Amino acid sequence: MDEQQLSRGTKAWWWVAGVVVIVYALFPVAWIISLSFKTPSDLATGEFLPTNWVGDNYDSILRGDAQDLFLSSLRNSIGISLIATFISVVLAMFAAYAIARLDFPGKRLILTTALAVAIFPVISIVTPLFNLWRNIGLYDTWLGLIIPYLSLTLPISIWTMSAFFRQIPWELEQAAQVDGATTWQAFRKVIVPLATPGVFTTAIISFFIAWNDFIYGISLTSTEAARPVPAALAFFTGASQFEEPTGAIAAAAVVVTIPVVILVLLFQRRIVSGLTQGAVKG
Amino acid sequence: MAAITLKDINKRYGDGFHAVKNVSLDIADGEFVILVGPSGCGKSTLLRMIVGLEDITSGELRIGDERVNEKAPRDRNLSMVFQNYALYPHLTVYENIAFPLRLSKTPDKEVDERVRRASDLLELDEHLDRKPANLSGGQRQRVAMGRAIVREAQAFLFDEPLSNLDAKLRGQMRTEISRLQKRLGITTVYVTHDQVEAMTLGDRVVVLRRGVIQQVASPRELYENPVNLFVAGFIGSPPMNFISATVVGDSLHTPFGEWRLPPSRALDLSGHEVVLLGARPEAFEDASVVSDTAREHGVVFDATIDVIEWLGNEQYAYVPYEAPEDIRAQLAELERELDSEALRTQLVVALDASSRIPEGSPASLWLDLRRVHVFDPESGDNLTVQAMGDRTPDAAGNGGPPAAAPADPAAASADPAPETGETPMAP
Repeated sequence: MDEQQLSRGTKAWWWVAGVVVIVYALFPVAWIISLSFKTPSDLATGEFLPTNWVGDNYDSILRGDAQDLFLSSLRNSIGISLIATFISVVLAMFAAYAIARLDFPGKRLILTTALAVAIFPVISIVTPLFNLWRNIGLYDTWLGLIIPYLSLTLPISIWTMSAFFRQIPWELEQAAQVDGATTWQAFRKVIVPLATPGVFTTAIISFFIAWNDFIYGISLTSTEAARPVPAALAFFTGASQFEEPTGAIAAAAVVVTIPVVILVLLFQRRIVSGLTQGAVKG
Repeated sequence: MAAITLKDINKRYGDGFHAVKNVSLDIADGEFVILVGPSGCGKSTLLRMIVGLEDITSGELRIGDERVNEKAPRDRNLSMVFQNYALYPHLTVYENIAFPLRLSKTPDKEVDERVRRASDLLELDEHLDRKPANLSGGQRQRVAMGRAIVREAQAFLFDEPLSNLDAKLRGQMRTEISRLQKRLGITTVYVTHDQVEAMTLGDRVVVLRRGVIQQVASPRELYENPVNLFVAGFIGSPPMNFISATVVGDSLHTPFGEWRLPPSRALDLSGHEVVLLGARPEAFEDASVVSDTAREHGVVFDATIDVIEWLGNEQYAYVPYEAPEDIRAQLAELERELDSEALRTQLVVALDASSRIPEGSPASLWLDLRRVHVFDPESGDNLTVQAMGDRTPDAAGNGGPPAAAPADPAAASADPAPETGETPMAP
């Protein structure tokens, strides 16, 4: 009886703590959603809920004045982030496999270099990159953003995936080889299916990094040809010169959050931990 | 199915560690061979060299009539059961078993037929649609075996397959493996550090120590005529007792008195000052229960028993004694090599279950001198076995095909069972 009460009490505390964290994390999101439904006159009232719920802000970014700016940047963002993610995941998969499985000189060098690149401040290379890109014609192109994004996503992808690959028992691959598989078959039929959760987790992380980038996005683009959403938001204008485009920005922020949410919900089922369970006695 | 021939196989790792040294072994078609030894003796490395997961530094490995040193594992057509089973967690039991067949692009109908046959044999029928994660240890073990037998492989290789199971299941699976091997008649190489598995499963047992073959013989031969201290100490549980003795003329001076070997065991000990006498626990008996006819073949001595373990069918008595320092150091070294630790020099004596010797009191024990081995403490060689071998030079040494044991030529010439038929136990 005592024990039950104790555990119930502990449980209650966990609930309280959980709710506090959720409120803390989601309050800004809720605020932005509420902002996006407010009329311009409502913006500065300081009330949490709008007095009138209006869809004007969404209308302006999807159909109205800001349409060109927003939709093209949305297209750019999705395209550039997906391509960067795909390339980085594929490259990182091979690199991580080699790091986890093979013994070759320079293995530690690759990992430390990856780490060094990851901690290198972005702002310090953006100016030289700007000059270089303008000279070689990569300025304001998709490729001009994909390459810097790879430098952000590759290190973290290599690190997470090599951790995942290390968890896969070596014996599985050897068993496959004894069973008659070539190295490539063993990789494709045994390692890849087991690494899938790791690959998807890495893909989501890379996608977020590319999707959320602002510095490269605003520095290396100038037109709708390649400008991604975070940069485009800064170019929104209000209905008049004296009006802040707060509502439109809030609406755009909500819209750009949606793909991310969808992505996580889609892949959530794939990120099943413990897939290797049952492979070996453990 | 095929014979496996190892000729002067060596394995040297990149860091210079010489894991397997000049191993030569002939494994006949259909034979069940056990590789046994303490951890780090190179037994697993040897197995992995046979299957191709480890490169062979030098020497030749033939499967059937073909040299396979340079072949990839998949071209050797061997099947292997790993210590941790190595099941594919993303595949069902059915697909796990079918995996080798799928790789060889076998038609679906045949795959189905063969998987069903294997699952029937291993009683896995009701688990075919489950994933390995949902199986018990014993079931996973059977799936791993199913994957091995579904293919018509040249040989089965087992790498400590039972070490992850609990004791009861281990016993059952041991019988199962033995039955399966007899039924399929496929050449089998089985690695274990468990001497019970080694003794019960194999046609022949290969005892390895630091990468060198010590003895290749049938389990009975290993038990009765170990060629050296290492094999004697490794095979048998509780292990063989070693008693130091000083050679004085014809008799042996031991901590338990003056002993004289019977004519059937006598050997020339000139040139040896100190020897080690080896006697299995069952060579001892409570003197009061030994019949008069048997008594004259051994010696009776007094000793203080400090602990008795009564097991129902027999009982073990522990008799501590003082040994000279150098002998004790040597025995401790041997124990360390055998993965155990000797805290004190003591005799382990198996007594008849009816014996009523009380703990902690002096007792009169009898030792059958016909079952005593004499070892050279320097080299570790079993002098008794060597002498017997000299006496009957043409004795067939091993229970199977000839096998070279470079570490000790005596292995090949050991008399198989010199004392069969004359092992009278207490009535």
